[in-house]
This record gives sequence, structure tokens and C-alpha cells, in this order.
Amino acid sequence: MQDARSALRRELAAAFADFIDPEYVIADRETQKPYECDGLSMYCEMPLLVVLPETLAQVQQVMTLCHQQGVPVIARGAGTGLCAGAMPHPDGVVLSLAKFNRILAIDPLARTARIEPGVRNLAISEAAAQHGLYYGPDPSSQIACSIGGNVAENSGGVHCLKYGLTVHNVLSVQLVTVSGELVTLGSEGLDSSGLDLMALINGSEGLLGVVTEVTVRLLPMPEKAQVVLAGFPTVQAAGDAVGAVIAAGIIPAGLEMMDHHAIVAAEAFAQAGYPLDAQALLLCELDGTAAEVDQYIAAVAEIFTAQGASSIRVSQSETERAALWKGRKSAFPAVGRISPDYYCMDGTIPRSQLAYVLTQMQQMSQTFGLRVANVFHAGDGNLHPLILFDANKPGEFARTEAFGARILALCVEVGGCITGEHGVGLEKIRQMAVQFNDAEIAQLHRLKSAFDPHGTLNPGKGIPVLGRCQEYRALAKGETS
Amino acid sequence: MDKTTQLVAQVEHAIATGQPLSIRGNGTKAHLGRTTSGLTSLDLSEHTGIVSYQPVELVMTARAGTRLDEIIAHLDEHNQMLPCESPLFGGAATIGGTLASNVSGPARPWGGSIRDLVLGTQLINGQGERLRFGGQVMKNVAGYDVSRLQAGALGTLGVITEVSFKVLPKPEATTYLGLALTAEDAVILMSQLAGTSAPISGACWYAGQLHMRLSGAEAAVTQTMAQWQRDYTMTEENGSQFWRSLREQNLLLGADPLWRFSVRSSAMLPHDADSVIDWCGSQRWLRGEYELETLSLIAQEAGGSIAKWQGGDRQAEVFSQPNAVLKHLQREVKHALDPHGIFNPGRLYGWM
Ligand SMILES: Cc1cc2nc3c(=O)[nH]c(=O)nc-3n(C[C@H](O)[C@H](O)[C@H](O)COP(=O)(O)OP(=O)(O)OC[C@H]3O[C@@H](n4cnc5c(N)ncnc54)[C@H](O)[C@@H]3O)c2cc1C
Repeated sequence: MQDARSALRRELAAAFADFIDPEYVIADRETQKPYECDGLSMYCEMPLLVVLPETLAQVQQVMTLCHQQGVPVIARGAGTGLCAGAMPHPDGVVLSLAKFNRILAIDPLARTARIEPGVRNLAISEAAAQHGLYYGPDPSSQIACSIGGNVAENSGGVHCLKYGLTVHNVLSVQLVTVSGELVTLGSEGLDSSGLDLMALINGSEGLLGVVTEVTVRLLPMPEKAQVVLAGFPTVQAAGDAVGAVIAAGIIPAGLEMMDHHAIVAAEAFAQAGYPLDAQALLLCELDGTAAEVDQYIAAVAEIFTAQGASSIRVSQSETERAALWKGRKSAFPAVGRISPDYYCMDGTIPRSQLAYVLTQMQQMSQTFGLRVANVFHAGDGNLHPLILFDANKPGEFARTEAFGARILALCVEVGGCITGEHGVGLEKIRQMAVQFNDAEIAQLHRLKSAFDPHGTLNPGKGIPVLGRCQEYRALAKGETS
Repeated sequence: MDKTTQLVAQVEHAIATGQPLSIRGNGTKAHLGRTTSGLTSLDLSEHTGIVSYQPVELVMTARAGTRLDEIIAHLDEHNQMLPCESPLFGGAATIGGTLASNVSGPARPWGGSIRDLVLGTQLINGQGERLRFGGQVMKNVAGYDVSRLQAGALGTLGVITEVSFKVLPKPEATTYLGLALTAEDAVILMSQLAGTSAPISGACWYAGQLHMRLSGAEAAVTQTMAQWQRDYTMTEENGSQFWRSLREQNLLLGADPLWRFSVRSSAMLPHDADSVIDWCGSQRWLRGEYELETLSLIAQEAGGSIAKWQGGDRQAEVFSQPNAVLKHLQREVKHALDPHGIFNPGRLYGWM
């Protein structure tokens, strides 16, 4: 087995080196090491090979060759994913799109940008800024993550409630199919005739094809943006305040919540001036024309006061606005400082269930003997519980995973789902059985086969093998009863 | 009323007998797509009812045959709306048909399409199975987005039985402005204005006139209106009738075939006296006898696609044709959901 693998590695490496700069065909273990995992480093695996093609023709050739030989291909962007989606396959090739880092065109009049998949999310907005435009979806990882990865995960950010997810902001993608053919999906129009295959590609986790070019819509930079920070004595009060803002007919650009543990961690990290005595904090950003922002900032501050906010602060400058956001955007690394390790979950729930879910979670926290901090895209119900643990303590990661699984099951139970923006990958593949029944999972498999009949694109991710689902459901049932 | 059981039985019957189905709501969009023949009708007009509506969650779930006027009446009670402004066609348009045809009104570039708003669906696939994809929450990336895939598929991928979608609060204020302008100048000006943070909710050119609609916070609408009156000599219009006609596609009535371009918003396209440029340039309507291939090429040049929307020979193809690779993928996806080819065969393409 090992020998056969080494032989295949040598043979494929030689074949790739025929058309790719040999420096970018990585066969040695040491240079391969950084590719063994994505942002979820608890899951790792060494690949057969890593390749970094530099041209579209090379990508096509890699795909054709792997297709002919039945070799798995795992596309990789910046490797910031949080579901082990880009984790290598031991018999497969990691196809890195890192060399595809050019912004091809920005059309200020049509407000679009055509970019290569390896371009960093933030780089799009930076390039568009000279035209007064920016790219909407802003994952907290935006300085590092790639637009190709964003498409593959249908990533969100703190401004999704008003400006949508990746799927709402991508007009068209160029895709290399599993057999190396090139196809364009979508168009520069707002819709295209025929089946909307773009709907499938967004969030497809590298299971349906390799994204080699993306055209996105750009948004006008708001004339003004301002943020209100409010501390609340209870999670319930903060949750109710979110509902009250929506009920008043206001759709904020961003509406984020943090619980007490997250506030303390973020404040220690970013010194943003967060209220340490609050049980929950809301960050509510309004943007638009100056007149609109002034009107709604006043309205939101009033609502928060009426809902029992213990403190309220309105940003008075761009510097202050950035500082207030910094605490939220660095919440993950901040929590990383107060614990040797943390595990980030990504369930979505109906907002009305927030207080119930958080209370349940605190009880589970005691049962499992693990601390949990929560950051929450409150506007759209996307919850990120961060479970704190120590990977060096035997058994603690296993307990963390069990805790995480219980949280996701709870999200489904209250009418939500197991992942709002991080994807299924390898990490949540078992929980798919909680959200979908066998007929639905079989349907997802048939869709996968429509693009990838032999199952060589990112195998083992995204959709579970049917037999495993029954096992997992039986197991999960046994645990709760 | 919930007719799912009957619908499943009809689908099972169709599979068993090999008799394909023509899926139908209230028939308000019967003119879209190709004419089909020899199909048995699968009627969803009685599969109606709002299943749940939580205004504070901004989510509604309705059975596919529910009329848009009923949906809008419920939304009105809570001062909310369907942001994609889909045509009502006298109120009878159903939510299922709206999703299947992915039609939206003038607010589309800002409010999104029903394709953007759909959060989840219940479907009957071509094996007669009842499946549920997505859900009632804003964000959900578990599994492929089979719900969104239904948008524009014209019922070729399954029977949509239930739709969950996002709704939004109504804007506080709306106002209308106009300016006499050539089509070329109008396309440039509307694109430039859309690049500012003005609260635009409509940008259309028709009969030598640029029409702009502003919706949003009272203060923003008032301020922008004053600014545009000053900077561009725009004048306030009594526009509600015009924008309603535009939404209902009434401006476009006529005897000749009607063509719809979906293109790069800033593209310069041929137009004539009764052409309409909507969606800030992304959607163009043209009337007349043309060849699909000719207009396809023009649309392609402009980065988009063409549809013979209404009238003309509808036994022929009516949409831009995909290349071989895309054709193959579409066929495979169709086969994955409808292996026996029983749902609306030929409605979208003659070959599918
Ligand atoms: C600190 C931190 C904060 C984060 N915050 C957010 C957040 O706020 N919102 C959010 O949504 N996510 C967030 N993430 C998750 C992550 O950044 C996103 O999922 C991101 O889109 C991944 O992009 P990437 O380029 O790193 O992709 P990778 O991790 O390299 O890959 C992710 C998946 O996409 C596939 N893929 C990558 N490129 C391609 C391509 N060109 N074609 C086909 N498939 C491809 C891979 O196979 C893999 O399955 C965060 C991550 C971190 C570490």
C-alpha cells in the first residue's frame, strides 16, 4: 500500500512537472506540511501531492490527468476554512489556487469586479475603493480568505443581514469540471436563462468543480456608517432588543451580539471599551446617506434604552467605529488567548429561540465540564459558540466534539440548522444526518454525481455515506434518552 | 388546504404510467417558456395557505399555490413586503410559480429576486419523494442549495409544494422623479446614481424619459430628492401608476413577440420607441420579429442572455442556448432530480 502510494506519487509528480513549474509540484513531506489542514487544525491529513498551477490551462490539465487516473482532487484557497473542507486526502492531490491572485477587471459603471479565485476577500474592496465601491460579504477572516473559498463555502460576514451572503453577490463563475472542461455559469446580467447552476456552486465545498474565475457585484460605499454599542443586563433583554429594532422597520447593516464570556475575552484582547459588567452586548451598525444614518441611529439608541440597555455608546469617528468592530472581529483569536484551544461552532437558529438556546448551552457546559463563549450574528440568527478546551488533556477534544454535536442537534431541534456559513466539510458530516433524512441525502448524492460521476472531487466531505447516517441517528438518540 | 398527499399520488401515477406532467399554479405565467403538448396537468391552485409567518424573524412559509395577493395582505398587516416586487398578474400569481419562473419587479437590483429571498422549500422529486431543503433561517449552508436551484427552472426539477422566504419591512417613504433623456444617457446616469448611497428602489427608461424611484428612511428620500432636483433638474412625478404598470409588465403589451435581455447593466443595446430599460439597465425589453440567434449574439456581447418572453413561435427554442458542456451539466442535473423526465418536459428547452 505504502509502496504503491509512493510509486503513484512519483509518477504523478513527474507527469505534472511536465507542464507545471517543478517548484510548484510539491512531493516532499516537509514542504507539504502547511497543507495538512485548514483553519480547523484538529483535523489533519497528509496529501499525496500538492500542486500550485499558474495558468488556467494547467488547472485543466491537472484535472484531466487526475480524472483519467481516478485520483481525488482537493481544491484549496487560503486554507482558512473551519470545517476541514480543504483537508487533504491521503491518495489525493491538493490543487492550490494561490497563484491565481489577480484582479482582472473592475467596471465602475456596471459596478462589478472580475477576479481570480485566489484573490483575498479584502483585496477586492481595497481595489474597488478608488471608485467608491466595495465588496459586501465580509467574513472576519477577510484579510486572509480567498474569493474562491468564499464561493465554495457561501461565506457570510457581519453585514449579511442587509447585503446578503456570497451567493447574493456573485454574478458568474468560471468552473473547471472534474474532467478538465471549462464552463461559465451565470452571466453579467442579474439572472441567466436555463438552470441556475450557480445556486449549486455557491456552498458546494469543492465537491462539484474548481472555481477559476469569479465576477462579483460591487456596492457603493455608504456616505456614512455609524455603530451603536449597547450593554444589557441579560441575554434575553439583548435578544428582545434585536427583535424590537426589526419590528421598528429598521434593517441595520450589521447587528452582532456577544455574551459575557466573549465580551471579557474581546475586551482583554482589543481594549475596545466594551462594558465588562454586561451579560450581553449588541453592536448595531447603520449605513447609508448621512440623513438616514442620523435618523436611524437616534431611533436605535432609543429602542435600546427602552429595552433596558445598561450602557449605550455611539461611535463618533471612523477610528472609534473601527475600534468597536475590532473587538467583535477579533473575538475568535481573543478567546484563543484565554484558553489553550477553542472549537468554533456555527449553528443557525430562529432569533426568538436565542435565550432558550443559550440557557440550554450553559447547562450543557456544566454537564460536559467545558466553558463556552458565544458570538452571534444576531440579525440573521447565526450563532458561533466557542467551546474552550485543552487539546493536551487526554479525552478533552472528544468531549468538546460531543458537546458541539449536542449544540448542533439543539439548533436543528428549535428550527435552525447545523451550519450557517462555515460549511459541512468533514467536521459536520455526521450531523448532516440530523438535518436531512435518507431520501434527501440520497438526492444530494445524485446531484453530486451529476457533476462528478466517479466521486473524485473532495471525496468524503459534505455529504455523508447513507449507511453511516442511520448509525449516527441511532447513536445520537441513545445519548439523549 | 394541504394537498401534498394527492400531489404525491399523482406524481407516483405519472411515474408508473410514464405520462409526463405539466405543473400549474393559477396559470398566470402560462406564456413563459416553450409550449408543451401531450402532458397531464398537475394543478397546485388548491394547495394553498400560509403555513407560518413570523414578522420579527422576517420569514414566511406558504404552500406553493398560495396567491401573492393573499401573501401581501398578510405582510401589509405588519407593514412588511416581498422585496422582489414580483408581478401579481391580477393577484392570482402563486408563490410557487413565482419561484419557478424567478420573475421580479423593478426593485430587483436592490431588493433581490425571489431566488435571493428563498430560504427553503419542500419538493416532490421525480421519484415521488417528499423532500425538504433549506429551512426557515437566513443562513444555511448544509447540503447543496436545492431550493434556490428551483428559481427559473420552470418546474422542470420537481414539484415545489412549500416555500419559505425572507420578507422585509416596508420603506418609510417613497418618491418618484423623472427626466427627459436619451436611452444612452439614461443608462449612464442611472448607473452613476446607483454607484452612490442614494436610497434607490427603481431605475427605468421608457419613451424618452428616465424614471427614478427612491424608497427608504424619510430623511434620506427627502434629501436625495432635493439634491437630484438641483443637480440633474429632475422633476417629481406622480409615479405610482407607472411603476405599478412596470411591475405588472403592462407597459409591454402588444402584438409582436416580446424579448427580454438580461445583460450587463451598463451595456449599450439596440432599442426603439417602445423599448423599456429596467433594473438600472440589467433588464431590457424589446418588441418585434427577430431571430433568437441574432438577439442571442447581441445579448452575449452584452455579457448576458435573451429570452423570447411572450408571443412568436413557442414550439421553437425561446431561450439562449447553452454550449455543449453547459448543456451536458444541465441535463445531468435534470436527470438527478427527475430521472424519468416527468416534470414539464420541453418547457425550458426542447431537449430537456
Ligand atoms: C478567524 C476566522 C474567522 C472566520 N470568520 C468567518 C466569517 O465571519 N464568516 C464566514 O463565512 N467564514 C468565516 N471563516 C471561515 C473561512 O474563512 C471561510 O470559510 C472562507 O470562505 C474560506 O476561504 P479559504 O480561501 O480559506 O478556503 P479554504 O479553506 O482553502 O477552502 C474552503 C473550501 O473551499 C474549497 N475551495 C477553495 N477554493 C476553491 C476553488 N477555487 N474552487 C472550488 N473549491 C474551492 C475547498 O476545497 C474547501 O472545501 C473564518 C475563519 C477564521 C479562521
